[in-house]
Amino acid sequence: MKEPNPEPASTGCPASPAELSRRKFLARLSLAVGSIGAVIVTVPVVGFLLAPFFVRRQEVWRSVGKIESFKIGTTSAVNYEDPSPLPWAGVTAHTAAWLRRVSADNFIAFSINCTHLGCPVRWLPKANLFMCPCHGGVYYEDGTVAAGPPPLPLPRYPVRVKDGEVQIQTSPIPITN
Amino acid sequence: MLKRILHRVWDWVDDRTGLPAMIGRMATHLVPPDAKWWYVFGSATLCAFMVQVVTGIALAFSYIPSASEAYSTLQFISNDAPFGNFLRGLHYYGASAMVLMVGLHMARVFLAGSYKFPRELNWATGVLLLAFTLAMGFTGQLLRGDQNAVWTVVVAAEQAGRVPFIGQWLAHVVLGGDTVGGATFTRFFAIHVFIMPGFIFAFVALHLWLVLRHGISEPPKPGKLVDPKTYRQEYKELIEKKGKPFWPDAAWRDVVFSVAMIVVIAVLAMVSGAPQLGKPPDPSIIDATPRPDWYFMWYFAVLALLPPGTEQYLIVYGPLLVGIILIALPFFSNRGERSLQQRPWAIAILMMTVLMIATLWVEGVKSPWSPNFKAQPLSASVVGATNGPVFLGAQLFDDKGCLNCHMIGYDGGRRGPDLTDVAGRLSKNQMILRIANGAVNMPAYAANLTPAQMDALVAFLQTRKMQLP
Repeated sequence: MKEPNPEPASTGCPASPAELSRRKFLARLSLAVGSIGAVIVTVPVVGFLLAPFFVRRQEVWRSVGKIESFKIGTTSAVNYEDPSPLPWAGVTAHTAAWLRRVSADNFIAFSINCTHLGCPVRWLPKANLFMCPCHGGVYYEDGTVAAGPPPLPLPRYPVRVKDGEVQIQTSPIPITN
Repeated sequence: MLKRILHRVWDWVDDRTGLPAMIGRMATHLVPPDAKWWYVFGSATLCAFMVQVVTGIALAFSYIPSASEAYSTLQFISNDAPFGNFLRGLHYYGASAMVLMVGLHMARVFLAGSYKFPRELNWATGVLLLAFTLAMGFTGQLLRGDQNAVWTVVVAAEQAGRVPFIGQWLAHVVLGGDTVGGATFTRFFAIHVFIMPGFIFAFVALHLWLVLRHGISEPPKPGKLVDPKTYRQEYKELIEKKGKPFWPDAAWRDVVFSVAMIVVIAVLAMVSGAPQLGKPPDPSIIDATPRPDWYFMWYFAVLALLPPGTEQYLIVYGPLLVGIILIALPFFSNRGERSLQQRPWAIAILMMTVLMIATLWVEGVKSPWSPNFKAQPLSASVVGATNGPVFLGAQLFDDKGCLNCHMIGYDGGRRGPDLTDVAGRLSKNQMILRIANGAVNMPAYAANLTPAQMDALVAFLQTRKMQLP
């Protein structure tokens, strides 16, 4: 891969000690100044990319229906919107939860995300079981693990009744750690 | 006359840029004379990558990487745009070809011991290129922006979540926020279209530079050992004595094979088209059956089959360990035999890997561990009764989700044992015990069935005997 180099050789003229130390200085200067330039550009880029993950999201309560629309002892799917979706989020701003009315004033809101790897679990009302379509996780009606790989019970979201409405507090997707 | 002008233009460009001479020297570098059809997979990978770049740029002309638009632009590309579905098909089968060719190229290099001295870094950069290729496949599947994409992101985030200490944070980085949303797709778009291709271009350049620097490895001969002290000299002598210019003596095979690959990609794109789009990317649509594209189907099976106790560690450290072992390989074994006749373990390792991935892949496609939500209620002819406890038991078998996981006749799930002949195996009491208490992969039904229901269910199961012809 050797080729005749048309550029003037860098060792063209013999260098004096003064010149050598000058070269060393210039090399260091270039690297230092170059690093400043790189930092000026890199800091805002990294900041722009990572900052969103250090901002705590403001969670809100979302109404998911009138209290009387949920029969005692049943579990039903409810939908609500994320707290502050980006304008172009479209349908991805939606979130679902499984809402169980245990008694007149006791509700449980289950995450739909399986604790194994997050797939959406389905409620089988006659069987009283949640089943996951991905790897076969099964949960009882109270969210405890009935079978399969899930390491934890179905996570629960904060839920309350206010002015006759059932409200669920928005939450991040639960991540099993 | 024209020819003379062209000649002069060419000479001028050659003189002012120096490029034709440089490219000419690179193209005609000497290669071992018997490097033949086994040596075509690397260039085919590069060719598949070029197909991806060209078709990807074309798709980007119509694709909007936003959560609210991606799905509709993909529908436009698939259904309305001229050549759109064909183009998507090319991009999909091009990706498949690239994954396949990377695998074949790697297998060939491994079998021929070509990763040994002085080509350790050829191998290591190749392993990184494999990782980038898989990352492209993964992010590409997400950009389809359908329901499957949403759940693929979530599954990926959950895997990242198992990393110690920073897992939660990492998972949210994968999601692009606390949930799947507007930021998710734009981020994956930037990664798929700018960052990963940038890495691939850079590492392909490095990989090719290393190929030129060390030369294409000569086919191994049994008994001819690699010795770092003498290898370079021997290779130089071989090349100088017997080497052939890469272009066109060896390159013609690459061209023929790569073009054949493109033809196969095009035919597949024409005949079966791009993968169907799923439902819209609405995370509140619970009715979903998330599945990865074919090249990750085997890993989907791994995630289902990991023993529960080991899962916490293997989800994170498994892939990491495989990556480290692959990169480290040439640093532990960089000398000695290259011939397969003296390296039976190389064959065994490769065959075991291929067999393992193939078996897991088949399991992934069947996913017997997933409940069968499509199982139809048992028909009267299968049940064999239209009233009484047996009939009631059969209804309970449907209602209580038994059929989702157990086969009766030709329908049902495959998670648990086939119960078509269960009365031949289990007594009444054994059945009650199992149903009431459940098992690792079966819910306990003690609190879910009244005693009368339990009796009916068992009465039904007691009639499940194989009818011998």
